[in-house]
Amino acid sequence: MLHIDGNGRRLTLAGRFTIYHVAELLAYLRGLELAPMLEIDLSGVTDFDSAGVQLLLALQREQQQHGRALRLLQHSAAVLDVFTLYELSAHFGDPVLLPAGGGA
Amino acid sequence: MNLPLQAVMQTFCIEARERIAELEAGLLTLEQAPSDTEALSAVFRAAHTIKGSAGMLGLDAVSAFTHGFEDVLDALRTGARRFEHRLGELLLLAADHLALLLDAAEAGEVPDAALQAAGTALLQALHEEPQASAVPALPPPLAPAPMPVERERPAAETGGPEFWHLSVRFGPDALRNGFDPLGCLRYLHTLGRVLRVVTLTDALPDWAGFDAETCFLGFEIDLDSSHERETIAATFEFVADDCTLHILPPNSQAAQYLDLIRALPEDDLSIGEILVRSGCLSRIELEQGLRAQAQAAAGSKRLGELLVDRHCVDADVVRAALERQAHGRTRRTAEAHTLRVQAPRLDELIERIGELVTVGAGATLLARELGLPALDELATTLNRLVSGIRDNALQLRMVPIGETFARFPRVVRDLGQELGKDIDLELCGEDTELDKAIVEPLVDPLMHLVRNAVDHGIEPLAVRRARGKPGVGRVRLSARHEGANMLIEVADDGGGLDGERIRSKAVAAGLIGAGEHLDAQGLARLIFAPGLSTRDTVTDVSGRGVGLEVVQRNIEALRGSIEIESESGAGTPVRLRLPLTLAIIDGFLIRCAGTSFVLPLDQVEECLDFDVAALHAPPRQLDLRGRPLPLIRLHEFFGLGTPCGRRASVVVVRCGERRAGLLVDELLGEFQTVIKPLGPLFEHLRALGGTTILGSGEVALIVDVPALFALAAARTPPASSLPAPAKLACA
Repeated sequence: MLHIDGNGRRLTLAGRFTIYHVAELLAYLRGLELAPMLEIDLSGVTDFDSAGVQLLLALQREQQQHGRALRLLQHSAAVLDVFTLYELSAHFGDPVLLPAGGGA
Repeated sequence: MNLPLQAVMQTFCIEARERIAELEAGLLTLEQAPSDTEALSAVFRAAHTIKGSAGMLGLDAVSAFTHGFEDVLDALRTGARRFEHRLGELLLLAADHLALLLDAAEAGEVPDAALQAAGTALLQALHEEPQASAVPALPPPLAPAPMPVERERPAAETGGPEFWHLSVRFGPDALRNGFDPLGCLRYLHTLGRVLRVVTLTDALPDWAGFDAETCFLGFEIDLDSSHERETIAATFEFVADDCTLHILPPNSQAAQYLDLIRALPEDDLSIGEILVRSGCLSRIELEQGLRAQAQAAAGSKRLGELLVDRHCVDADVVRAALERQAHGRTRRTAEAHTLRVQAPRLDELIERIGELVTVGAGATLLARELGLPALDELATTLNRLVSGIRDNALQLRMVPIGETFARFPRVVRDLGQELGKDIDLELCGEDTELDKAIVEPLVDPLMHLVRNAVDHGIEPLAVRRARGKPGVGRVRLSARHEGANMLIEVADDGGGLDGERIRSKAVAAGLIGAGEHLDAQGLARLIFAPGLSTRDTVTDVSGRGVGLEVVQRNIEALRGSIEIESESGAGTPVRLRLPLTLAIIDGFLIRCAGTSFVLPLDQVEECLDFDVAALHAPPRQLDLRGRPLPLIRLHEFFGLGTPCGRRASVVVVRCGERRAGLLVDELLGEFQTVIKPLGPLFEHLRALGGTTILGSGEVALIVDVPALFALAAARTPPASSLPAPAKLACA
């Protein structure tokens, strides 16, 4: 399950942010009026895959093309793992806090 | 020329000058060690880089000349020619010529006829060399083996990168088919070291057309692995239908990479950039490859314009950002390490910080006056941060002295030849850093000193032999930090200063009286006096008696000092002591007869309490733990009237080996000082190095300690008169 909570300004995602739920998330996002600074809290994401990465990349580009920004917050261990493999942390440019323990 | 190209041009000139310096250094090395292949490669690379970039910018004169130059280097590399002294000489001249061409190019001029003729003559001489030295009796040499047609590409930089390069583009259905590229990457990690991953998003459609389940991802990957190609390819076996894969093995040649660029769907330049950054391709190779391509496509359009058209700069910025955070795995390129900044911008920053320091001092003062502990604490924190920023900012202007030293091997070599002396130049401490504002004015004085050491210091060969010294003279140029000072030493192993000779010359020039007695140091200092030359013959090099005086003046203008040490027959080390920076110093604030003074903190040794009431008049000299310490009464020295309090303090200041006590009224403590130079009206003032503004808005004078010492010594009679012991208590 992917829990989506929030609005076009701040969104909280929790659960499985993968191929199985990205279509649902995309539809949700398209229904929102996106704020100039959209923040997404990723602390509750337990699973993350390439489909998730792609969605964030596309969303970031959409924001940038309209002079808006995307900020990712509280990356969970699952998100960090993928970002590291793809060397994407710098691309998103958000401060990444290394979790003290193993995390989810 | 439009603006971006102008900027490119400027960068090119800066870089080309650096390359010429490398080229020169390499040639000098070769002169010593003709078989040093590394030096030869370095020379070749430098020439090749200049040629490539000049060609790209359409500087035909530069690129054509470098091309001829490079041909000779190539012949050296392939062994077709041998490096001989005469050839080295010609190559050095060619390097000089190249610098002239560059000057012309920078000024936007086409080289004039004279310059062109000189270039042609040089190239001819360079190419004719083998005939001149060949044995005439032999039949004409066999035609050399046919050169490879594609000479543009340096065959010697063969190698190529020592890692695998993988280009993977996943098909649209990969994710839907239950396959995740992540799996491939994880697996690659088990095959070796993944050096670098660049995730490509070029294929991502617009938000409106984006489908979350369709795969748009592609990757450029560098992998360091000892596995076979099959094993690496097998990683992608399960997705074979859903991806396109290109694998280039280690040591692939540039041409293969260029083919790869063309085979990939993305914009050639952006892929090219990735490859250049990961070290697969050199920039030159990329540019040449693309140029060939672009010329075919865009007719006569030059690549320079093409680069600007395609917003290559944007791509740069993005990749640089990518690079920065990709920690240890990334192969960092030199570009990522340094950033060129316009010097005026830095100056502006320092200026601002100077103002910040002054305001910070004001805040501290106010906080203290108001007596609010919270405010006081805040001001203290503020000042700590400000001094941190100040240090950071000053560091930005620091450059290694090595860049300045680098010109001297050539100078010494040329001069040595001119004078018929064989001289070795030893450089030391090239990494020592110094404010850029000091480095530049330092070049001339150093040049004088080095030339002087070669000309006057090192004896002619016959004299050296007679004295039992090795035939090769040594000149040593060294730099190191000493406290907040930079110490540069120019030393030689020559004959040293002849005290008697200096004395007689000085008497003849009317600098000293015939009966005047001077110690060795005093005599040595005389060589910096105007109009004194110990040489009987005036040479081209030196001997006119003006050089050293200029050195003295230049060094003093930098708030530095000169020490000279010489024993007859044992060389002449000249030491330059310079501040590390000119803008801001840590100062020590004192008051004397109602005026505030700042002493450079690094010259303050200690402070002593002094009970004035106990003495009718303060002595001229104190006894400091058994050592005599000259005492300078600051109020008297500057003519400030009478000291106000009964109590006074002595600040012990030091300059080099010399110490003196300054008698002052009040010690106010450390103070970060922004130096404001004295206006032209006050420039003649000795012993003052500048002014600064205190937090209260009051002006304080900065004491120039070395000048103060010199002036005080000149005013007072030899201090043997009053060795009065004083009552001292260490503060």
